[in-house]
Amino acid sequence: MRVPENDAKNDAPVHSLSNLNLETPEKPYLDSNELVINMGPQHPATHGVLRVILKLDGEKILGTECIIGYLHRGVEKIAENRTYTMFNPYVDRMDYCAAVSNGLGYCEAVEKLLNVEAPPRAQYIRVILTELQRLASHLLWLGTHALDIGAMTPLFYTFRDREEVLKIFEKYCGARLTTHAFRIGGCQYETYAGFENDVKKFLTFFAPKIGEYETLLTSNRIWLDRTKNIGVISAADAVALGVTGPVLRASGVKWDLRKAQPYANYSKFDFEIPVGTNGDTYDRYLVRVAEMRQSIRIIEQAVGGIPEGPIMAKVPKVIKPPAGEIYHSIEAPKGELGYFIVSDGSTQPYRLRVRPPSFVNLQALDLMVRGALVADVVAVIGTIDIVLGEVDR
Amino acid sequence: MADEVKIPPPPPQPQSATAGPSAGPEGEKPAAAAAAPTAPANPAAPAAKPPAATAKPAAPAKPAGPVPTPWNSPLVEKYKSRYGSGLDPLTYLGQNYLNVDRSLIPDILRLLRDDEQFDYCVDITAVHYPKREKPFEVVWILYSYLRNERLRVKTQIADGASIPSSVNLWATANWLEREVYDMFGIQFDGHPDLKRILLPEGWKGHPLRKDYGILQQDKEWVQINLGIESGQ
Repeated sequence: MRVPENDAKNDAPVHSLSNLNLETPEKPYLDSNELVINMGPQHPATHGVLRVILKLDGEKILGTECIIGYLHRGVEKIAENRTYTMFNPYVDRMDYCAAVSNGLGYCEAVEKLLNVEAPPRAQYIRVILTELQRLASHLLWLGTHALDIGAMTPLFYTFRDREEVLKIFEKYCGARLTTHAFRIGGCQYETYAGFENDVKKFLTFFAPKIGEYETLLTSNRIWLDRTKNIGVISAADAVALGVTGPVLRASGVKWDLRKAQPYANYSKFDFEIPVGTNGDTYDRYLVRVAEMRQSIRIIEQAVGGIPEGPIMAKVPKVIKPPAGEIYHSIEAPKGELGYFIVSDGSTQPYRLRVRPPSFVNLQALDLMVRGALVADVVAVIGTIDIVLGEVDR
Repeated sequence: MADEVKIPPPPPQPQSATAGPSAGPEGEKPAAAAAAPTAPANPAAPAAKPPAATAKPAAPAKPAGPVPTPWNSPLVEKYKSRYGSGLDPLTYLGQNYLNVDRSLIPDILRLLRDDEQFDYCVDITAVHYPKREKPFEVVWILYSYLRNERLRVKTQIADGASIPSSVNLWATANWLEREVYDMFGIQFDGHPDLKRILLPEGWKGHPLRKDYGILQQDKEWVQINLGIESGQ
């Protein structure tokens, strides 16, 4: 639909389209096809209620704006009106795909404020459950991300295997998703008889499955076309945008809080930090798959060496941290999950701020999709791995 | 270690005395609450100490837990000599922070990023202390990949006062500052697009202020936009 250029040789362009005044120097003809479309909040590929306004030129994306807050429940305000113990289950509802990780971060932050440390046995149980949760979270991500791009098969396998993790959670604490597995000072529940066995059995069952997903995707032509060089973010941009977790590592920054500032006994375990090179959707996929293998390694080491002993540190019945403030963060499946707690010496936090990885990582969406196609937005939203419960809190 | 934490069942502590009834309309904490976090500004000031010390003479050595102590490091020395009293470096439970005068904020943040490699802005948030003369405390949580070190920068500002935006230093500050604006109503000068982020445009009030009740809502907005009497 290009307007033919005026034939310069013809002095009298009787039939020239330029006579129609379609084109002015300020506004070239047919460049008015900039289109603004709305995606979400009710859209299956936005993983919840995310609304993205896309500015398009044809199918090319010129810019985006995220509208968030549909799931805003005021978690931080609620925290100020609950005791430390009462608030514990609320954190499960933020990143509801990784409730155990949220709980670990919160319990450790309050423990730090109280200046206590969970006993070794509790630490081991925590590491096992948190890494199982990482597997579950990555499996959920892999299934839905592949489904968004059009590969439906992995979904059934990943959900089947994720279910095995959730069964362990259910047997341990009675809940599959919003587990509330940990308490301030340790764990409330002792491991059930056969816990170690269940975990070991799961690992032997699960380890070869990762290879199966990879045969479905890693060298699949369609998968490669849809993910290679899509949503590229450089290491410098990722750092400037505060992006953390697998998204940061896929850009080549070898940084994982479990290694950089070890918490919960992670320094005792031997594992590697997988990194990517290109920072594209494909590398993020590879990094997460490699991370699953590392999680298996960590769980194997931990489950073999759970020490005997108490599972709760000596904490008072009424949690009343001394006045002061603390920031503590953990490596959640999606990135750095931090809690900034200000205590005034009473039983309720004076201020509790959650630093959510999904919220910060989502900000990089605009940069990652500029110049790409509409279909790539779906791929990139999937690859950032957001949970709207955590974005909006 | 556990002993330190065990806070005796509160005798006539003024905090707990007011804590019960103050569950009134505003969810504000008692007077001691606002006073206690002031302690960092002056570590020696026993803001939170006297009640516990007088109430429990048996163990006067362990009053209300640890107090922030001055923080010494080469970084601090360097800036302390340059900025003097505008800078108050403290450490609490092994975490370092700088209390910085509002006027020095742009300089300090820029120096920390450029000269000290604090290249990752983890979070920007605020705390509301309504009883203080300058009721808002803005907090930057910074991290340096190179040094593997965390640092908090804090400053106090008056209600209605603004603070320079740090979007030009860290791109991530964009949404973080929008959230602070949304929740506290703090203005950031030079922010490219300062508007609400989690609450809808046109909502009245800033929910994380202490005078905003937990059940409070913008009734007018709810009625017009949702067509219901109340969001509760």
